[in-house]
Amino acid sequence: MTSIAASAPVIPNFGGGGSNSCVRQNKAFCWDWFSSHWSSTFQPALTQHIVLTLIAVGIGLVISLAAALVAHRYRWVETPFTVFSGFLYTIPSLALFQLLVPITGLTTTTAEIALVSYTLLILFRNTITGLSEVPDEVRESARGMGFTPWQILFKVELPLAVPAIIAGLRVATVTVISLATVAAFVIDKGLGAPIFAALQSSFNTEFIAAGVLAIALALVADALLLGVQRIATPWAASRRSA
Amino acid sequence: MNDFVDAFRFMGDNVHLLAQKTVEHLALSGAAVGVSLAIALPLGVWLGHVHRGSFIAVNVANVGRALPSLAVISIGLAVLGIGFLNVMVALVVLAVPPMLTNAYAAVDGVDTEAVEAARGMGMRSPQVLWRVELPLALPLIFAGIRTAAVYVIATATLAAIAGGGGLGDIIVNQASYGLPGVLAGAMVVTALALVAEGILALVQRAVTPRGIRLAQEPTLARQPAAEQI
Repeated sequence: MTSIAASAPVIPNFGGGGSNSCVRQNKAFCWDWFSSHWSSTFQPALTQHIVLTLIAVGIGLVISLAAALVAHRYRWVETPFTVFSGFLYTIPSLALFQLLVPITGLTTTTAEIALVSYTLLILFRNTITGLSEVPDEVRESARGMGFTPWQILFKVELPLAVPAIIAGLRVATVTVISLATVAAFVIDKGLGAPIFAALQSSFNTEFIAAGVLAIALALVADALLLGVQRIATPWAASRRSA
Repeated sequence: MNDFVDAFRFMGDNVHLLAQKTVEHLALSGAAVGVSLAIALPLGVWLGHVHRGSFIAVNVANVGRALPSLAVISIGLAVLGIGFLNVMVALVVLAVPPMLTNAYAAVDGVDTEAVEAARGMGMRSPQVLWRVELPLALPLIFAGIRTAAVYVIATATLAAIAGGGGLGDIIVNQASYGLPGVLAGAMVVTALALVAEGILALVQRAVTPRGIRLAQEPTLARQPAAEQI
């Protein structure tokens, strides 16, 4: 893992020399500079950002699903887990990243622990809501057909909770994409890295390029998951007309 | 773990600095929440009252939720430069969507039977709004304000990179304050966010009419998370 800052000198040569006049004058956006730094700076940062996000949402989903299944069986688990994940969710991201540094160091682990902790509240609550909103009649017909409690959970309740879970995934993914930019405070990865690099010199092109890429990534991910949500809930199409 | 011990020592030695940064942090957050309220509430309540613009209200929320805060600040740094204006604009852009959407959804979602009963009693449109719709919508409107306020307090930390001041100044400046200072700042801002969340939750309970509170009690714990952001 080479650092982005090292692989691409980001402090533009304001005094002249090799850089073009747009960069020298620090204009709002220098397309030439952006396209010549795409493969060295922005494309790797974008890829790292996506990987950070996928890992965090994946781990968060596993933990939340497990916790929700336990809480569905043992009701008393729900409140403590909600309070705990709500507590994590309220911690400002920059503070959480920094508070983990003495424990796990300036590592990707630190970033992932923080990112995962922001997914738990959203995914857990959506899953448990989805599970508990399964109508009692459906549950009872399954029991009447001879389903065991485990079969009811995996063949009836979980499939019916899928739309709620996907809705949670959508919120969690967008949240993690947003917070992963802040992770660049502790690791030199993701779209936050060029933003912090640009701070050294107030380099406008880099501010805008990284900022727009992060926003575009969030909007694309949101739209993709909305598509998945609609495919998973074809019956809701008629109710959505408003 | 020694770092945390040092962080508490830093707190003891720098009470004045931390207090001053906390006040700055609250002033910045308060100003941003105030400006956002002035923009979002009248618009959201009016759109909900006339049952129009659901497309705008819902999409503002979706787009707003998807905006990475640091990216907004970053673009602001290029367009507006370092300073108070940039920070304010960024915080307002992030705080308006949850307030607007909740205000719209709250007023729009007031039981039509209650509204029609009020109209049948001879209330005019503004009276319906003030005496029926707003009191019934208040808890949900306030939920949006609470979400936005806690979000602003957290994001104001990031605003330090754009010259916003506040506790972020300490957290992003390890060169001056060292790791203990950074950790102390992080702990104070965490406590601030948690206390704000707690106080606003209490206020939300207080502004909820008793009848609604009784009717909602069992379901409150299970609001879909999507409404929280």
